[in-house]
Amino acid sequence: MAEEAQVQESVQVKGMPQEVFQALSEHFPGEIKPARYEGALVPAGKIVEVIRFLRDEMGYCFLSNLTATDYYEVKGVEPHLDVVYHLFRMQGGYAALHVEIPRELEKAHLPSVTSLFPSAMLQEREVYDMFGIRFDGHPDLRRLLMWEGFDGYPLRKDWKEVYYEGETKPYKSRYPKGGHPIYAEELSPLKDNIRYPEGWAPQEWDYDEADRLLYERMLSAHRDPDKPLKTDEMIINFGPHHPSTHGVFRMAVRLDGETVRHLEPVFGYLHRNHEKIGERNTWIQNIPFTDRLDYINGMTNNWAYVIALEKMLGLEVPERAEYLRVIVGEFSRIVNHMLAAGFFSNELGLYFTGSLYALEEREHILDLFEELSGARMMFNYMRPGGVRYDLPEGWLEKAKALAYERIPSKVEQMQHFLLDNDVVKARTMGVGVLPPDVAMASGITGPVLRASGVAYDIRRAEPYSLYDQLDFDVAVREHGDAYDRLAIRFDEIWQSLRILRQVLENIPEGPIVAKKPSHRLKVPEGETYGRIEAPKGELGFYLVSLGKFNPYRYHIRSTSLLNLTALSDMTRGLKVADIVTVLGSIDLTMGEVDR
Amino acid sequence: MRDVENLPEIPPELQGTVKLTTFDQLFAWARKRSLWPMLFGLACCAFEMIAAAASRYDIARFGMEIMRPSPRQADLLIVSGTVTKKMAPQVVRLYNQMPEPKYVIAMGACAISGGPFKEGYAVVSGVDKLIPVDVYIPGCPPRPEALIHAFLALHARFEHERIRDLKAYQKGVDDGIPIPSLGPDLVDWRRFEPLMEEAEPVKEAIHG
Repeated sequence: MAEEAQVQESVQVKGMPQEVFQALSEHFPGEIKPARYEGALVPAGKIVEVIRFLRDEMGYCFLSNLTATDYYEVKGVEPHLDVVYHLFRMQGGYAALHVEIPRELEKAHLPSVTSLFPSAMLQEREVYDMFGIRFDGHPDLRRLLMWEGFDGYPLRKDWKEVYYEGETKPYKSRYPKGGHPIYAEELSPLKDNIRYPEGWAPQEWDYDEADRLLYERMLSAHRDPDKPLKTDEMIINFGPHHPSTHGVFRMAVRLDGETVRHLEPVFGYLHRNHEKIGERNTWIQNIPFTDRLDYINGMTNNWAYVIALEKMLGLEVPERAEYLRVIVGEFSRIVNHMLAAGFFSNELGLYFTGSLYALEEREHILDLFEELSGARMMFNYMRPGGVRYDLPEGWLEKAKALAYERIPSKVEQMQHFLLDNDVVKARTMGVGVLPPDVAMASGITGPVLRASGVAYDIRRAEPYSLYDQLDFDVAVREHGDAYDRLAIRFDEIWQSLRILRQVLENIPEGPIVAKKPSHRLKVPEGETYGRIEAPKGELGFYLVSLGKFNPYRYHIRSTSLLNLTALSDMTRGLKVADIVTVLGSIDLTMGEVDR
Repeated sequence: MRDVENLPEIPPELQGTVKLTTFDQLFAWARKRSLWPMLFGLACCAFEMIAAAASRYDIARFGMEIMRPSPRQADLLIVSGTVTKKMAPQVVRLYNQMPEPKYVIAMGACAISGGPFKEGYAVVSGVDKLIPVDVYIPGCPPRPEALIHAFLALHARFEHERIRDLKAYQKGVDDGIPIPSLGPDLVDWRRFEPLMEEAEPVKEAIHG
């Protein structure tokens, strides 16, 4: 009885297990409060200690997501910046920590947590880039997506883009009256998507500024003062246009002879402002935009977003829709892994031979997706509470023929050509080794993490959809080198085929959507972090709703970006040719890295 | 075309072995069958470009399977995706490095106008603001068939081109397009230099 009374007295928090909140309150008396919507509110000065306590005492060994929200001109809320940390244990949900700091640029400071979690390295840089929050103690605080010298911090709510038309969509010019489209070019002062700050003098500007900090970092990082031979080192740039960088990705490399001394990835060449646009869109309008994140896996991107949305709406998904989601999700995983293996063989110098095998199978699976959703790449298939279309006639038979006969034989062939190949073995074994502790701390997820021997798969750790009823194994390899990262993709394809066998046989009849979703969807006030095991790893969406038709904050926890956190460490000391081996074995899509 | 009609008649005994044509026609025939695209992927559309090069669509049928990673060996720049402001200087630099005669295909909505991301702060609203474009293919992304259609449209264009009109065979030196710089925002010097000459009244226009 006494215990029950105590629980009732204590504050109920969402977004964090109750006992964790109590342990925090006891350890930091009087300093931890429940945050506005989810998790605990921590004073700015204490954030490092709190996260260290959670990591060392409570087992929160994984800082998954770090981002911020700008509360500006919100009714009943003092303007402030809210930084949020999502920490995970191996099992049992997340713990959300919030820190509120003032909006003024000179006061927006926060201690960096990079010393505890290297996974904050890129995420803190992104928050600095987008919100202007400076992280004290961050070893390399440069802008991540925009270039140095860009005017302003774009995700602050008072920063308006040049083609600004209204705070939220649908814009008045198009809905409800419609028929009065506004041509953004004609309204902007320079007739283009360009604006310069007041008093700016183009002749006096230093145009090398954009790269100056990068090269300073390149020259200073990881110098060896006791080098026996005084050899000259040089800096070369891989990309942004390079056939082996999977798109517009740039790596600045400092070389000593042919040995890599330091490598610095440069991001932002495909920064398409998903988050700013997403905050103007309605909830439903964001679904087609998620397709364009990781453009190989539109289906799983949709899925991650609607799962976050369903958490906020409290929607139940009908069983048939769950089956359909698992079917397309696993087919998507097969496409992704085959392409990953194929393009990895490109990187090794098998110019296009490997990828042609993968692309042939991709066409067959895309035919299935096209029949189902109407599009080859940008499916826009899932909706909160279900999926958009039911199976067309004869679809299941085609899918079964593909999943039971064609793909297994092709995968076996490809696996034999690549994994049993002496040249591939010589190029990949022991190259770019990623130790499991480094991988966990760096926020790496998905096949890259599992190739390092950590059996962490969200489908098992925090089952969503049907995965708790399905019979499959989490593929693990233990060496963590490029070869294992290639091999584990084939292991996962076999597991996906095993899942497909179960769902294709047992798909029930019934409705495919809980209730017909309104295009003017209103989401109750609150926030959430929803995630799934996308083919590349953990794909998460952090959403904040003020109870309106549009998200107040829409953040994408990008798998590919976080998986690159350890790239610099993985390539140190290797030869130039091994850089592309390591990069290819990580498997990234630039659309998701830069968003 | 006119020139072909005016060619002298071949004696009947030679018609199986001799064919007369104009040099323009011969040049077009050769170029149609050896157009080399640059291996240059920007975003989502790059995947449909790869699909067009792979076995099902197979652009080798049109003599263009050799995708060159180096701009100096390529005749055709396929802008396959969103051009961001950060990438704009590189796109112009690559275009300048290609030898004449060169062609540009704007593949997909983003390359045409900025597409779904047009309103974004970091997106160039259409690659034709930076470099001249010959063929536009709509779609998000366009299907590989649409890309092949664009190639065929280019091939049809070669038929009508004359060597003496081509830029590559003109007198004088071409410095290429001035490469934009990254200031507080993208600085396109072609647009900026005339503005700078006029100073004060224009400064107001710049700063809105």
